[in-house]
Amino acid sequence: MENSEKTEVVLLACGSFNPVTNMHLRLFELARDYVNRTGKYKVIKGIISPVGDAYKKKGLISAHHRVVMAQLATKNSSWVEVDTWESLQKEWMETAKVLRHHQEKLEASSCDHQPDSPVLEMPGRKRKWAEHRSEFSQERSPEPKRKAVPKVKLLCGADLLESFGVPNLWKSEDIAKIVGDYGLICITRAGSDAQKFIYESDVLWQHQANIHLVNEWITNDISSTKIRRALRRGQSIRYLVPDLVQEYIEKHNLYSSESEERNVGVILAPLQRYVVDTNSNTTA
Amino acid sequence: MQWCFMLISRILLLRRNEIFLFVTEVRKPCLKGLRSSVATAAGVDVPDKMKSRIPVVLLACGSFNPITNMHLRLFEVARDHLHQTGMYQVIGGIISPVSDNYRKKDLAPAHHRVAMVRLALQTSDWIRADPWESEQAQWMETVKVLRHHHKELLRPLSQEEGPDQGRAVSPVPAAVPELKLLCGADVLKTFQTPDLWKDEHIQEIVEKFGLVCVSRAGHDPQGCISGSPILQRYQHNIHLVREPVRNEISATYVRRALGQGQSVKYLLPDAVISYIKHHNLYSRDDSWNGSSTRTNEGETS
Repeated sequence: MENSEKTEVVLLACGSFNPVTNMHLRLFELARDYVNRTGKYKVIKGIISPVGDAYKKKGLISAHHRVVMAQLATKNSSWVEVDTWESLQKEWMETAKVLRHHQEKLEASSCDHQPDSPVLEMPGRKRKWAEHRSEFSQERSPEPKRKAVPKVKLLCGADLLESFGVPNLWKSEDIAKIVGDYGLICITRAGSDAQKFIYESDVLWQHQANIHLVNEWITNDISSTKIRRALRRGQSIRYLVPDLVQEYIEKHNLYSSESEERNVGVILAPLQRYVVDTNSNTTA
Repeated sequence: MQWCFMLISRILLLRRNEIFLFVTEVRKPCLKGLRSSVATAAGVDVPDKMKSRIPVVLLACGSFNPITNMHLRLFEVARDHLHQTGMYQVIGGIISPVSDNYRKKDLAPAHHRVAMVRLALQTSDWIRADPWESEQAQWMETVKVLRHHHKELLRPLSQEEGPDQGRAVSPVPAAVPELKLLCGADVLKTFQTPDLWKDEHIQEIVEKFGLVCVSRAGHDPQGCISGSPILQRYQHNIHLVREPVRNEISATYVRRALGQGQSVKYLLPDAVISYIKHHNLYSRDDSWNGSSTRTNEGETS
């Protein structure tokens, strides 16, 4: 079997999804085509993980609505789904932790139902859901027939890659973890500076084999910011977000000038951490 | 405040066209009403704010080989813009795929292109497909397509027939709608291409009908207009619309991606993608990458 030799990959996209747009959904399609074409990997799943409310981004509406919209948007997708874990956390979660959570979840479920293939599964076999052992790592599995645990990789746009350069937004050890332990699938525009950005960062350069730059040949500039702006101005967002998402937004009147004022003057969670750190440093 | 505004607009209406005063009023919140009333059936339920406006039908001509979300966006952006001028009320949109005699490379048969446009418009309450142009035995110049649809708009509602009747564009009883050609900035640019358009046709389009041109960054529609004496003369009939969201889904790209077995999901409506798969359109079975296409299909099914 040619497919069983390939490393299975789960694509994880973290972000506000405020709201989810066709651009977000396109990232998954482009990434899967690219990753599958390498011949080394096979994408088995995509996960959209909306950030929790504690992220405190300006204009961020409640996680509940953002999750529902992402669910509506992926209703017609056979392979992308929404995971609520991150959105339900009381505190803001670093992306490295979200990646770890999903990798551990995959490891736990893979030792639950081994062998993976339903054809090979014993008829009377029961899944032991209780035995979630997250420390069970099995990259080199002892039994030859065992399938390797799928690998979680972070899916992102070029903007996320470039945000690695924003002071205090990311912990440097987290960046190292993300590119070193997991890997990045980054959708970039033809002629973008992503390559140069990697070259100029030591840690990214060191792990460049784990950073896959995927060219997007048609300019797709559907940002959530532009969607919210159009909504505030009473302009159409049709064909920029899935129809079901548009209907949901209209039904619940989700985006207005008022909603855009949410978290105004509040420091973004990752930067708050830095403020707290420096305060404790100076007082200590 | 609102009453004051209404009073003024009524006086204006009186001076413009007294017929409007006799139309029964249906009061609705303006902006919301705008959408829903245009949505239901054009002209039947026109909110106050719209009554003084010139009704407009937008016509888009092209290959639609296949139709993409970008084509659909043109309509949305154009309608928003025309409504914002305060002068117009867009009461319908028509997509008219070119006939097979256009003989463009890789052009799928017209009945398929029309079927795809119909599927794409299943969920639109104001745009419809029209097969007339695609069924003509000879290639039709755009101006002739405009003339045809303009004549259709002049016909009374009772004579409308056909499967699209329920959603057919119906003229507002009070005024005959204006028919405007909707196009991307690239079309405006082709006006300059020697021998592609007849000067008298360009003139008729901008003089008699009007142009709504949606442009994106990097295009210079104003430059195109300045460079042409005809376009300059009828500039008041040319509406330049800016699409703030760059989303350049070319049909050429879509065909290429399909030929290579790559995903085109979210670039065109799902129903269109299913139709393409079902009828095996735009595939390249016998090309050098045919084998990779087949593997991908095996994986997704």
